[in-house]
Amino acid sequence: MSSRSLRRHVTSALMTGLVAALSFTAVLALLLILGHLIAKGASSLDWNFFTNSPVPAGQTGGGVANAIVGTGIIVGLAALIGLPIGIGTGLYLAEYGSGRLGWTVRFVADVLNGTPSIVVGIFAWRWLVKPMGHFSAAAGSVALAVLMIPMIARTTEEMVRLVPHSLREAALALGYPRWRTSLRVVARTALAGIVTGCLVGVARIAGETAPLLFTALGNLNFDTSISEPMQTLSLQIFTYATGPFEEWHRLAWAAALVLMGLVLILGVAARWAIRQRHDTP
Amino acid sequence: MTTLPLDPRGPPGAVAPPTPTPTPTPEPGWRTLRGVNVGDRVYRGVLTALALALPLLLLTLLAELVVSAWPALKQFGFSFLWTSVWNPVAEVYGAAPMIFGTLASSLLALLLAVPLALGVAIFLTEFAPKWLRQPVAFVVELLAAIPSVVYGLWGIFVLIPFLRSYVVPPLRAVFGWTPFLSGVFYGNSLLAGAVILAIMIVPYIAAVSREVLLAVPPSQREAALGMGATRWEAVWTAVVPYGRAGLIGSVILGLGRALGETMAVTMVIGNRHDIGLSVLQPAYTMAAALANEFTEATTDLYRSALFEVGLILFVITVVVNALARLLIWQVARGTAVGSRAL
Repeated sequence: MSSRSLRRHVTSALMTGLVAALSFTAVLALLLILGHLIAKGASSLDWNFFTNSPVPAGQTGGGVANAIVGTGIIVGLAALIGLPIGIGTGLYLAEYGSGRLGWTVRFVADVLNGTPSIVVGIFAWRWLVKPMGHFSAAAGSVALAVLMIPMIARTTEEMVRLVPHSLREAALALGYPRWRTSLRVVARTALAGIVTGCLVGVARIAGETAPLLFTALGNLNFDTSISEPMQTLSLQIFTYATGPFEEWHRLAWAAALVLMGLVLILGVAARWAIRQRHDTP
Repeated sequence: MTTLPLDPRGPPGAVAPPTPTPTPTPEPGWRTLRGVNVGDRVYRGVLTALALALPLLLLTLLAELVVSAWPALKQFGFSFLWTSVWNPVAEVYGAAPMIFGTLASSLLALLLAVPLALGVAIFLTEFAPKWLRQPVAFVVELLAAIPSVVYGLWGIFVLIPFLRSYVVPPLRAVFGWTPFLSGVFYGNSLLAGAVILAIMIVPYIAAVSREVLLAVPPSQREAALGMGATRWEAVWTAVVPYGRAGLIGSVILGLGRALGETMAVTMVIGNRHDIGLSVLQPAYTMAAALANEFTEATTDLYRSALFEVGLILFVITVVVNALARLLIWQVARGTAVGSRAL
């Protein structure tokens, strides 16, 4: 082997090693973050943590029951608003989206997808909180739905487009009207993919904080009224992490672990849903 | 997908779809074939109405931002962009430090994230053994699933102490003479913000670059290898140049993410209205200013100035994202690459 050839092969091997090392670094970052979450958060997870609301600053104890329930309500309501519009838009894009309106909607969805969530937050404040005169969980849900719709729309479109033409043609040839073909055959076939997209979308908004700062605001008490300010896990982590008390920091780690667990469960469920599709012929 | 290869009317002699009761008159059957089915119309109408929600939403968003920012726009004009006084008491506002901080932290983050993310993408598409690809891709994408506020928490209690003990001292020892590392390091700083941002945008850049590299035809690799290139040379001289536009697009997409990122940055960047060269000093970003000051804004002009900051941030991210998508579409045409979260 000539020295030039040797050099080229050594370079190749070195660069292979380098990109492998870079990948390892990225994996390591995730493991470190998850590791710290568990190391610093797991010891605080007990019955009181899940069943109590926060106690006044300076006292020990207290939990995040209000934040867990609040996250559920706000995210649930956001999904209720966002999923139908998102899925409908996605179906429109896949079925009728080749014209100018389709192009516009697709472009707008991508623009909104890249919009910083904090901008959506101040928009929701101006649009909902200011006219209503007070902060509310409902405004937070709408802000989250705004973030969710473009995401769901694009994944739904992509999943529906994966359905083979032949299925659609078969249904049409059997005399099915287009709307039934679309819903009963095409959307039904893409269902696993659509569900995955929805779960991923919900997982992403469940961790959002910025749009809730000026809408749901946060609330130290247990409150289930959607017209009042409400606490979520993400808001609670922000308050506790930036606060001055050791006790708060401990609770912040525990709350972060719970939030991360929630997001991961949704993410794994999404993977599982898509796998169902691949396994069935 | 709207134009079916099958003309719904069918050729004149086409077989009519089986109807439950054979009708003697051809009229009704012909009408259903011509697509005047009421269900179809309703379906299309409902979907169109839902799809119109997005453009309306964008228009409303833009209108609300512009209307709210108008008093500040009128009062300060373009000087808002390059003056750096931010004084709510005297009602004088200039956003230069935030604009600087936003750009500086995002660009610094790109500097760290791009080699890492491209390394991951190249490893996963070209070098990794088959069994390793899916798990590593999944783990890297999980980084995108971690909520911003959790990154912030980790940044405050893990990353900043780590930077203080293990990164800043050696950096200072070597580059301490440059203006970029001057001043006392308290922890909350441009550097901390940039490192957190870098970790957060790696999964986005990596995922999109990976799809771009996967879209490069295998013949590119085969041709290079066939001419005697080593595996790395094939990647570097054939595959990467072919996907260059898409790769640049993925990087710009990451930039768009970094510019608008709020919580994690707010928690570690120090939030000081200041323009400085040193990465060890606190800085501010537009998103962080909104998060911190919006609920405290007591006067109309203060709030209006913050809305103008939001408007600037929005316009910048729209331009950056549009550019990114145009570039990515050149390679992976028409797909929703990059619009997925996990």
